[in-house]
Amino acid sequence: MAQTLDTPAARRDALRRMLLVREFENRVRDRFADNEIPGFVHLSQGQEAVAVGACTALTDDDYITSTHRAHGHSLAKGLEPDRLLAELYGKEAGYCGGRGGSMHVADLDNGMLGAQPIVGASVPLGTGAGITAQLTDADWVATVFCGDGSVAAGQVHEAINLAATWHLPVVFVVENNQYSEGMTFDEQHNVEDLAEMAAGYGIPGEIVDGQDVTAVYETVAAARERALAGDGPTFVEAKTYRYRGHFEGDEEPYRTREEVEEWEAERDPIDLYREELAAAGELTDDQFEAMRADVAETMDEAVEFARNADEPAPEDAYDDVFVEPAPEVEAFRERMRTDGGDGGDGR
Amino acid sequence: MSATTADRETETASIREALRTALREELLADDDVFIMGQDEEDGGSFEVTAGLHDEFGFDRVRNTPISEAAQVGAGVGAAATGMRPVVNLSFADFVGVCFDQVMNQAGKTRYMFGGASEVPLTIRAIEGAGLNAAAQHSGTVHTLVAHLPGVKAVAPGTPAAAKGLMKSAVRSDDPVVFFENKTIYERHGPVPVDDDFTVPIGEASVEQEGEDVTVVATQRLLGESLAAARDVDASVEVIDPRSLYPLDTDTLAASLRKTGRLVVADESPLSYGLHAEIVTRVVEDAFWSVDAPVQRVGVPDTPIPFSPSQEDEVVPDADDVRRAIERTF
Repeated sequence: MAQTLDTPAARRDALRRMLLVREFENRVRDRFADNEIPGFVHLSQGQEAVAVGACTALTDDDYITSTHRAHGHSLAKGLEPDRLLAELYGKEAGYCGGRGGSMHVADLDNGMLGAQPIVGASVPLGTGAGITAQLTDADWVATVFCGDGSVAAGQVHEAINLAATWHLPVVFVVENNQYSEGMTFDEQHNVEDLAEMAAGYGIPGEIVDGQDVTAVYETVAAARERALAGDGPTFVEAKTYRYRGHFEGDEEPYRTREEVEEWEAERDPIDLYREELAAAGELTDDQFEAMRADVAETMDEAVEFARNADEPAPEDAYDDVFVEPAPEVEAFRERMRTDGGDGGDGR
Repeated sequence: MSATTADRETETASIREALRTALREELLADDDVFIMGQDEEDGGSFEVTAGLHDEFGFDRVRNTPISEAAQVGAGVGAAATGMRPVVNLSFADFVGVCFDQVMNQAGKTRYMFGGASEVPLTIRAIEGAGLNAAAQHSGTVHTLVAHLPGVKAVAPGTPAAAKGLMKSAVRSDDPVVFFENKTIYERHGPVPVDDDFTVPIGEASVEQEGEDVTVVATQRLLGESLAAARDVDASVEVIDPRSLYPLDTDTLAASLRKTGRLVVADESPLSYGLHAEIVTRVVEDAFWSVDAPVQRVGVPDTPIPFSPSQEDEVVPDADDVRRAIERTF
């Protein structure tokens, strides 16, 4: 069963999960700055309500696909912060054994069908999961997360058109965080709202406040019901905002500090939900502080876990190219390790 | 080992019929198998799947919009979540519009996920010149795909190999790109009738034994090479590698050790291609057996021209193979 936001406890849990995403990424930001985390990372602070709102509407059996900005979606879908962080550290205990890192994390056991750093590639992939659901009469749906930048990519339109034409049980959640890498929305698109494009596929297009976890939840839950009923996909545009740059280290020449600070002050999804719950008498300051302490402790443990986890064995880099050991890989690796060669036959 | 039809009841069938039979048998055997491509309800390109939609219905044999990137990308998504999709690319040249999905999705998903997924996807790609279809519908692109880590590539030259390899491809838990040469669909030969018959991916076939020179020939050029072998004053061993990646280096090197001479005939452009890979592999393993300069037969790095006279000029045939054999003496 999907979770809900129907009870005070459920609402507090959603707030906690948003806090967990926020704190996870704060830690990643700091540990990356300290050169503890290799590669590059893309953070989603500011977008927590989209990830948590959407995934609250999903069951464990539902699949999601995600973008290069995948930590929030992953945690919201049920991945554990310690193993997720271990993956970012490139450790054996990570969800992909350290093979994927931040940009390719996946966990099929939790229905997380993969982060997709190739912008737009999450969309055909999730559409394919929708084919599986349709062909097997499954009681799950595929939810695709993609960004506003991806909607400029051809494969996105191909895949949504395919899903619409075949009435596949897919929910497309477009996170419009208003920037595509370092480019503004207006530089990428000639429409006011991306949801307008849904009309071109003949499917519903919904616009939702991506800073409002309840609104996201309700919209995605309705889209999921529609998909399960055989009525096909829905295009959900969640208007949101990212606080950090495209990648960590991005100097962000494309926007002002004031703009970011205004969003943080006025439209922060965690603050908004906290205030809402407090106003409804469902959350005391003590409860919130306890929640924050609990999340901090969880993340302290996750950082320790990831730091201290074992590196994968270098020789395991040759595994998993194919289901069986790949004969070529083994042969080439063998040959490269051999001193000299005799041309195979001796002289 | 290579006589895959030995001790089996066979019938004479074309490559087209062999492929259709293989797909039909696999659709019957496994509910997870489905086919998607353009015009599949009408038999797909070159009518390979003719009749399958009528027999199995839209769920199992479905028309896609003209959108190869979505087809292959969705194929990966369906495969990773438990299905066995067969995706048809009407012309292999179109791999250009879905190369990301082949290279970055099909080929890397399992590896990136630390082995936690399988991608049992088959992509049918129809390639080759000879129908005056010009540069964008005549290419032979299997080198591009065989070069990609995580993707298997097969290219049968006989009906038996076509049936056996297609069944292996559909049953494989890895992504396999299945290259069909469009000019040899009507090549006939013996095909085992039983539905358990498969050809292992990664196993070459010695189609004709010989003592003096080895010709490794793919797809259409297998037939051209067998014809050329009849026209030369030498005992020619002709081998169909059938599987381009993985490649059965052992069988090829063993042949070179016997004959000392090597010709590689493949319709790819000559530079940086399958020819080079086969030659390198064989020479690495049997360098001291080489008695003559190795010869390549292929397309001299041009796109395929439209005009029949020019197409005939650049596309190799039996005469080109014959001359290559003669150059080794």
